[in-house]
Parts: sequence; structure tokens; C-alpha cells
Amino acid sequence: MSAPLISLAGLCKRFGAPPAVVHAVEDVSFDINPGEVLGLVGESGSGKSTIGRLILRALDPSEGQIRFEGRDIASISQRQMRPLRRRMQMVFQDPYASLNPRLRVRDIIGEALDAHNLARGPARAARIAELLDIVGLEAGHAHRFPHEFSGGQRQRIGIARALAVEPDLIIADEPVSALDVSVQAQVLNLLQDLRRRFGLSMLFISHDLDVIELMCDRIVVLYLGRVMEIGPAEAICQAPRHPYTQALLAAAPRPDPEAPRLRRLLTGDIPSPLAPPSGCVFRTRCPLATPACAEAIPALREAGPGHAFACIHAAAPQGSEG
Amino acid sequence: MSAPATPPAEGPTLAIRGLEVRFRTEEGEVTPVRGVDLDVYPGRVTALVGESGSGKSVTSLAVMGLLPRPAGRIAAGTVRYTGKDGATRDLAQLPPSALRGFRGREIAMIFQEPMTSLNPVLSVGEQIAEQVRLHLRLDAAAAWRRAEEMLGLVEIPDARRRARDYPHQMSGGMRQRVMIALAMSCTPRLLIADEPTTALDVTIQAQILALIDRLRREHGMGVLFITHNLGVVAEVADTVTVMYAGEVVESAGVRALFRQPRHPYTRALIDCLPARATRQADGQRLVRSIPGSVAGAASAPGCRFAPRCTFQDPACAAERPALVAVAPGQASRCLRDAVLA
Repeated sequence: MSAPLISLAGLCKRFGAPPAVVHAVEDVSFDINPGEVLGLVGESGSGKSTIGRLILRALDPSEGQIRFEGRDIASISQRQMRPLRRRMQMVFQDPYASLNPRLRVRDIIGEALDAHNLARGPARAARIAELLDIVGLEAGHAHRFPHEFSGGQRQRIGIARALAVEPDLIIADEPVSALDVSVQAQVLNLLQDLRRRFGLSMLFISHDLDVIELMCDRIVVLYLGRVMEIGPAEAICQAPRHPYTQALLAAAPRPDPEAPRLRRLLTGDIPSPLAPPSGCVFRTRCPLATPACAEAIPALREAGPGHAFACIHAAAPQGSEG
Repeated sequence: MSAPATPPAEGPTLAIRGLEVRFRTEEGEVTPVRGVDLDVYPGRVTALVGESGSGKSVTSLAVMGLLPRPAGRIAAGTVRYTGKDGATRDLAQLPPSALRGFRGREIAMIFQEPMTSLNPVLSVGEQIAEQVRLHLRLDAAAAWRRAEEMLGLVEIPDARRRARDYPHQMSGGMRQRVMIALAMSCTPRLLIADEPTTALDVTIQAQILALIDRLRREHGMGVLFITHNLGVVAEVADTVTVMYAGEVVESAGVRALFRQPRHPYTRALIDCLPARATRQADGQRLVRSIPGSVAGAASAPGCRFAPRCTFQDPACAAERPALVAVAPGQASRCLRDAVLA
């Protein structure tokens, strides 16, 4: 197997100063391989968006390593980071907020080209037309403003902007959450198509397990900033081992009124990241919790090839319909 | 949360027929909702499903008499509501002062964002107590006891202590429970829930859906549940009404709707769920998508879904189809239904 494109080791991000420290990301390690789509799934406060911003160095990590093609970029300067920015691009959730309303589409995409000196003069216009075509828009759309487009079309513009610099990695943070279902499908298919066409790697962040299962090769399940389970998408969705992953799958509403429902509802709220529980962070809501869970942070245990979970209890594999 | 197999014994709490809503805008009058028929039965959940621009929220605002004035108005149709006194009234004909009396006491509403309907400067207990003093004419002590009782009813842990908390001291899920407690405090006959779990995490959403399900069973309350999420529909609904561009395109029992959807839009909407993706020969998993996007409140004479429909033929652009019964308890608005059935 080729060397990973991105490799995170012991990554931590804490906000604030004692006594009020938010533990946003704690000891997160995983790789993204070339051409792979890795999914980050978790509820609010799980740290999934923070991890995306740490990789881009839009935030500085508190501890740990971020390797890009083997080189640790966790503490390099913003100036050293600049050439790498071209290789990592972001697609945002809100296609309304992430496009400058005062710029025409050609300038939104052109800005990205100019920032990295990629195309000038007639080549610039041709490249913009090509990018619009790649994302399923028309060359004539280049002269319009964002408000003239629907939500799905705006997300296509955001994707064209990300592709303009020919990145290796796209970090897509809830890219379809703000879209209607019928439009969501178009954008998901476009992203899959682009991935194959350009051999892109993706970090795909979503709270929607169906979307994550569809899009991703491997999945990382996060809770309160920590990795609960990591593995191939099929193993995570069909035979989850961690009680949190099992609860998350059971809670997701399934579009089938005749599906048997096992309703072991999690009680209570997600604890505050200002004061995460000792030991296993999930223990306060876990149906399997015992006093031992409070004592030590559970290490990842192997469950199968490339599949590991952080729980001291030997939870049996659970089928998704179970 | 499965749908009860028995037909409803009582008549509908809410029966909407031919509802048309108009708005005056700078570009002239628009009709965001037209020809809507809809029933909600006691103890049952009717889901109103649609994408943005479908008119689902405008429909609910019209029922509550909360259309923005003076721009919006009910231009046609009846909204017949059968109250606690057993009398049936047409809410579309009631003056605003009479409607105000129904809101809260008979018909309650919960929204996606609880902070918009909670008062930030009153404790959550005070807000519930104020409402029950007003509608149930209880004295202050009884009203406070009722507030504590309601917070317990919605399963807020340590309810007596939390009654003194302010909304900002609570999590999103707890605030949504408070809003439901507020809505339930006068034991309404009809609950209108407009995307009540859309802003919540899935584990909290599951708790809130279970709570609404329990309350409607225990209190025989009819629920009009507005959502864009078909997964949530499958979980909570007994019957489903699907709207597209201001019109009802299909209505059916929840099992029939997912098993045998009749309208091309309903079929396409179910097909484009990621959970229904099919694996291609090359291993890629593709989702079916619907080309284009939802048209605005168009004035075109024909079917509003025709421009995006794979089954359309020339007649579809010329003639507006009627909503017709296609099976027991199932109706569809499509000229080509004979071909599709």
C-alpha cells in the first residue's frame, strides 16, 4: 500500500485557559490514503469540524502531529503552509454564506486561480469555463452573481472553486446538509464522480450516517473529541462494535416504516466538552457502563482487519437491523 | 412507533379542504399554497412532507391564523377544527381575536428553533405558569405546580429544580422539551410540529420523537408533523401528505406511501435517499437524483412537477391534474397514473 497522504498522530486541540478549557479534540490518530474518502461522523461537539480545520491549519493544534506526505506540518509557519494550501481545499456546508455575494462567479473561481498564479488572460477564462463544465454548470453562468443560483447550483460553484487549484485533498464539511433531498443526491453523485475522475482524496464530515456510508471507504466515529471506533464503512455500519456507534445507528431514522425497530434510546445529553467525563467519555450515557469505565481511557482494540473500537466491554458485533 | 392498524373511530380534529393562500408581493400576487386537502385525526400523526418552497410551513401558519399580515391571506377553502366542546368551526372564517383564544388552549405549535418561542428573561417554569394562568385560570401556586408537573411530563430530569432555570442554561434538546411542555400545558387537541427535531443531534431527536409519540397516545392529541425528512416520516407518521410547489401531490397511509408510492415525485423523492443507493457494476454507489430544482410558485397551467418528471408527456404541460383516489386511502395528482399504476 502506498504511503498515506495525511497522517494524524495524537492530535489534540483545546480552547481557552484553565479552569475553563474546552477539550475539542483529544488524542486523535488516523490516516487518509491517496484516493481514499474517509468519513468523520459524530454529533455536535464531537470535534469533527475542528479536525478538518486543524488539517488545513486554519487552527493550530495543541499537541500531536499532522503529516502531509510524511512531513509534519503541525507547527510550520503560515508562510511555509502557503504552497500546501493549494493541495488541500475546503467545501463548506452553507452555499449561501461561503460565496461572496458581491463577486461574479468568474471572480469567485478566478480568485483561487490568481492566489496561486495558475492561469492568466485567455487561459484564465477558458479554465473557468472548463471548471463550470466539470461541475455541471454552463459557461454562461460565469457572469452571474451567487444570488441568481439555487442552493444546489451554489454548492457546485463552491466545488468548482475548490477544484480550481487541482488539490489532492478535499475537506468537505457537511457539504449537503443544507440542501433539499432531491438536490442532495445530485451533489453526492457529482462528488463521487469527481473523486474517481481526478483521484481525489476526501475527508468527508457529516452527521448523517446514510450519507457517510454511501460516500466513504472508511469511517471514524467521534464522541466528545475522541475516536470511539474506526474501520471500513461496511464493518462500521453493518457490524458496529462500540456501544456509541450502535446507539447512533439505532437512533438514525430509517425511511422504512416496516423495518423492525429496536429502541434502546440513549438517555441524557452530550456532556459539556468543558468537563468531559473521566475514563471513557461515553460512559455517562452508555448502557454497558460499569465503575471500571470511569478509571481509564479505553485504548483502541482490534475487531477485524483495519477495524478497532475503544471500549473495555466486549460488545458483540451488532447487525444494523438488530 | 408503528401505525395503528385500526381506522380512526372519531371524526377528524382538523379537516382542511381546498386551502388556497395568497401573498401580495412587489411583483404582484403569488399563490404559495393552493387546493390543499388534509385531515388530522385524534391520537394520530399526519406528516406533511415537502422540500423548500413546497408550501408546507405556509399551510401550517394558515391553520394557526399566523400568516404575515397584511400581505398574506387565505383566499379560498375551509379549515374545519373540532374543539374540546365538540363543536366544529371553520378557522378560516374566525376573526383574529377568536383565533387567539384557540391558540395555546386548543391548538399548540412547536418549532425547529425553541429559542424563538421562549422568552429569554423568564425562567422556563414562569413561562409555563403564565400560559396556564391565562388559559386555564389557575392561581399562581397552582400554575407553578402545573409548570413543574409539565416539565416532569416531558422527562426533564430534576424538573422541580430545572423549572427555575432560564432557557440559555439549557441544552438544545432540553429547550425543545420545554417548548413541548409549554405546548402541552393546556392539553391541546391538536399539536402542529414544524420541523421540531431538525436542529437536534440524532440521539436527541430519537428522544424527542419518542416523547411526542407517547404524548399523542396518552392524550389522544392529533399531530400535524411538518418535515422534509422521510426517515422521520417513516418513524412517526400514520398518514402522509406530500406537497410539491404549493400543491398536495399525494396522500396515503405511511406503509402504502413507502411500499407503493404512486406520484412520480414521491417515487423520485424516496429513490434519491442515500439509503436507497444502488451499487453500479464498477462498485460505485449512485443515488438516483431528480434533475433541476423546485420551481417557484409558478403560474404555468399544467402539472408543476412536469419539468422534472421522467414520465411527462405533452398533456402534462397543458392540463393541471386533479388529486384523485387511486387506491383505498391513497390519492395522487397525476394525469399519467393509469400508466404508472
